[in-house]
Amino acid sequence: MSSLAATVRDVFNEPGCAKNGSKPENERRTGCTKQLLPGSAAGGCAFDGAKIALQPFTDVAHLVHGPIACEGNSWDNRGAASSGSDLWRAGFTTDMNETDVVFGGEKRLSKAIKEIILKYDPPALFVYQTCVPAMIGDDINAVCKAATRKFGTPVVPVNSPGFVGSKNLGNKLAGEALLEHVIGTQEPDDITPYDINLIGEYNLAGELWQVKPLFDELGIRILCCISGDGKYREVASSHRARAAMVVCSKSMINIARKMKDRYGIPFFEGSFYGIQDSSISLRDIARLLVERGAPGHLIERTEAVIAREEARAWAAIEPYKPRFKGKKALLITGGVKSWSVVAALQEAGLELVGTSVKKSTKEDKERIRELTGQATQMIEDMPPRAMYQMLKDAKADIMLSGGKSQFVALKAATPWLDINQERCHAYMGYLGMVKLVEEIDRSLFNPMWEQLRRPAPWQALARTLAKVHSPAAISISGSEIDETARRAKKICVCNTVDLGTIEDAVCSHNLTSVEAVRQHTNAIGGCCKRRIEDILQSSPSHALQAAE
Amino acid sequence: MAVVMTPKKACAVNPLKMSQPIGGAFAFMGLRGAMPLLHGAQGCTSFGLTLFVRHFKEAVPLQTTGMTEVTTVLGGYDNLEQAILNIFNRAKPKVIGICSTGVTETNGDDVDAYIKLIRQKHPQLARLPLVYVSTPDFKDAFQDGWGKAVTRMVEVLVETPAVDVPRDPARVNVLPGCHLTPGDLDELRAILSDFGLQPSFLPDLAGSLDGHVPDEFTPTTIGGIGVDEIALMGRAGWTIAIGSQMRRAGEAMQAKTGVPFRLFERLCGLLPNDEFIAFLSEISGRPVPSKYRRQRGQLVDAMLDTHFHIGGRKLAIGAEPDLLFDLSSMLHDMGVQVIAAVTTTHSAVLERLASEEVLIGDLEDLEEVAKSKGCDLLITHSHGRQAAARLKIPFYRVGFPMFDRIGAGHHNSVGYRGTRDLVFAIANLLIEDREQNYRPTPDTWRTSAPAPRPCLRGFTDRTERPIP
Repeated sequence: MSSLAATVRDVFNEPGCAKNGSKPENERRTGCTKQLLPGSAAGGCAFDGAKIALQPFTDVAHLVHGPIACEGNSWDNRGAASSGSDLWRAGFTTDMNETDVVFGGEKRLSKAIKEIILKYDPPALFVYQTCVPAMIGDDINAVCKAATRKFGTPVVPVNSPGFVGSKNLGNKLAGEALLEHVIGTQEPDDITPYDINLIGEYNLAGELWQVKPLFDELGIRILCCISGDGKYREVASSHRARAAMVVCSKSMINIARKMKDRYGIPFFEGSFYGIQDSSISLRDIARLLVERGAPGHLIERTEAVIAREEARAWAAIEPYKPRFKGKKALLITGGVKSWSVVAALQEAGLELVGTSVKKSTKEDKERIRELTGQATQMIEDMPPRAMYQMLKDAKADIMLSGGKSQFVALKAATPWLDINQERCHAYMGYLGMVKLVEEIDRSLFNPMWEQLRRPAPWQALARTLAKVHSPAAISISGSEIDETARRAKKICVCNTVDLGTIEDAVCSHNLTSVEAVRQHTNAIGGCCKRRIEDILQSSPSHALQAAE
Repeated sequence: MAVVMTPKKACAVNPLKMSQPIGGAFAFMGLRGAMPLLHGAQGCTSFGLTLFVRHFKEAVPLQTTGMTEVTTVLGGYDNLEQAILNIFNRAKPKVIGICSTGVTETNGDDVDAYIKLIRQKHPQLARLPLVYVSTPDFKDAFQDGWGKAVTRMVEVLVETPAVDVPRDPARVNVLPGCHLTPGDLDELRAILSDFGLQPSFLPDLAGSLDGHVPDEFTPTTIGGIGVDEIALMGRAGWTIAIGSQMRRAGEAMQAKTGVPFRLFERLCGLLPNDEFIAFLSEISGRPVPSKYRRQRGQLVDAMLDTHFHIGGRKLAIGAEPDLLFDLSSMLHDMGVQVIAAVTTTHSAVLERLASEEVLIGDLEDLEEVAKSKGCDLLITHSHGRQAAARLKIPFYRVGFPMFDRIGAGHHNSVGYRGTRDLVFAIANLLIEDREQNYRPTPDTWRTSAPAPRPCLRGFTDRTERPIP
């Protein structure tokens, strides 16, 4: 475990990360992982992150060493696309049982490796360490080393037990495994001055292929994409690239930085989400390649392609402008850089009422401010209840977010679009942004919404009937028991506070605002806000009456 | 009589099985205002959460104690305490269901003792029910976790009625196995109500995961059976357990409250439903409503109409034991040959499967046997789609998870009506397959077809199977 601890410390101390670099020395080492709050944590673990980062290598067998939970509950759930082998889609696991936990799982692991190599003969095997074998001390490094020697197939240990940290840390541990065991172990068949690496691009929904035709047109070759639609041989020989682009800087910046140190490959952080960002990225790639010796006309050719594609994209978005006039969007995203999408949404005529900045850097925030002005709310963290209320109050016409908040929007009968990793449409590059706008239009103007928001006509009738027949109607007579029952009633579904408590607080302190009620009681005032307002309006306190 | 085989291989390929703790957590989702809590690392929870969300397309409450490397070494008390307090303060749950995981079981956390200590330290939790169930990942499977959790719910939440409290013969407890969908529960509720019986389902997923739009947002489960209703289950006249996984829960109920229980291992097919309806008629003292006489007639007719297409098919089926037994028995009744049967965990019903052998294994095993034995119908959960594509045979999705089709929660295969709809769906799938893939051409019969093989049922000797 000591080597893993060292790796984790090393990863946290990443000089390539601008955000971390701007912190004072002692904070820098603690990294970005926030301590989890038991009982209110969400998101994946380090193993999850490592698997996500490496699984898009399509011809590799990915073997998970652990009990059934780690692979059995999670395999076959990501939408990366492959142009060749389908081996990556198979789920391999040692499915450790009680005996393995007691006597150690190394034997089972080496048998499993042997079975896979004999049956599937992959160019390489990645072995993922999980919590339970890490706890009982299974040494996967040693098993992998022995297997590599025995079978001649590279068997790569990925040290990523879930409990060492977050998904993001797992991404980086995957990167470390590649750096230590894979990159630079083979040589490419040929090299050209136009070879680049893409790092942190996973080809979800086949997105990479939306941009690849532009590279092909310019003669730029993707020597290796880490890891979308990647092959083992490509990543093993990726150290011969001339330049690199970090597509998702949050996940694998350590690979880019260390490849720069070791092999002198310059890199930049870019994005293919958004029209302007796509152009900037293409420009940067061309510039870096020319700096490293590619012919200078690459830059002119790139500019020509950019001009053509931009004109096409803006023209395609133009017709949506009048339709989107006055429509408000709420953008909640972690993965995709918020401002990449912001520009295109604005160009299409949408008004942005809020955007999340939880994972944004200071520069990101400045950029958002620049693009949107003061009207847009920057959201650090929004609890689902507040999000639901915002949508229910129609403060936004559509929400764009990842799948986790999907049902918050849908249950509030608000259009919603998935722009995170589980989405089934590809939104990358110029084509992708047009597709995004198309999808927003389709969602916003679905005639279904109007029907859904309308209450059933018989509901009002039912309520009237209930009033006549319900025992609550008798309570007006003033019986003591009914009064107790009335006052004990929770005012809201969140069950925080009952009616009596609020009435008492209002009476004894002359409260007039929700804010004040919140201070004197344990009412949260989120979803109950409206109920409290009603109470304040409908029943003026006795003290107030006396004053009058 | 099937022989139960256990696997010889070290590596599970394309797992059929899911882990025990999330099966336990799933059961807690059928309680109202509940928060299931996995005592383990956060990945244990997030994988389960993703699985449930993808299956039901619903917001799913599920929390973690967020064990880290350090807290694992030190023991999980602090994390469990913090998690319970956090959930108590933020989500205001009516009940918290706690399942252990591989991490905390390997570590040997004594959760029962922890809970006692937490209750002592925090008197505000005095009235909050905490139900703990031990569910290590490295033992048993999804179905076992469900069964154990329900048994614990009975032990902790059901009250032993006082001696002089009379039983209400109209009240019936129903303990459904995890292979029943919210749609199945709704169907059962309707059937029981039609006999004048008042059912209490434990757990009741139909209230929480049936995909309805609630009026307000809640961080806990939005429906299901209430804790107060569970407490009164001891006053019912009967307990009906469905699926052999619920035997222990039924026994626990009888031991604690004296309510007699009857186990129905299957509720799909003609005879099991005849038995079920007869039982309801008996305990309610009412004649069978004409509605069910009609439905029975419809099922009989459906079996007549579909047996041309279903009969004689060679089935490869992979499912958890109770679902496997339920479906394969029904299809066997319709003339299907159950050639390849793969399941996840041991169960008493496996020996009675209508196949020669049943293997506790994975989808690779199922695919290999299906291929070598020429099966022409594959039934398993959504993960079987890759195998079906390679085998090029019709594929019917059942059970959990079903993430690549919509409406999984409303599938219905219990009762006369559910069985009728199921045989129609499978027959239509087979008809479509024939139309698309077996249109005769002038050359269809020209080449010499391979001689028809006598159908070998079950597996051959596994050691002789070639490794592809």
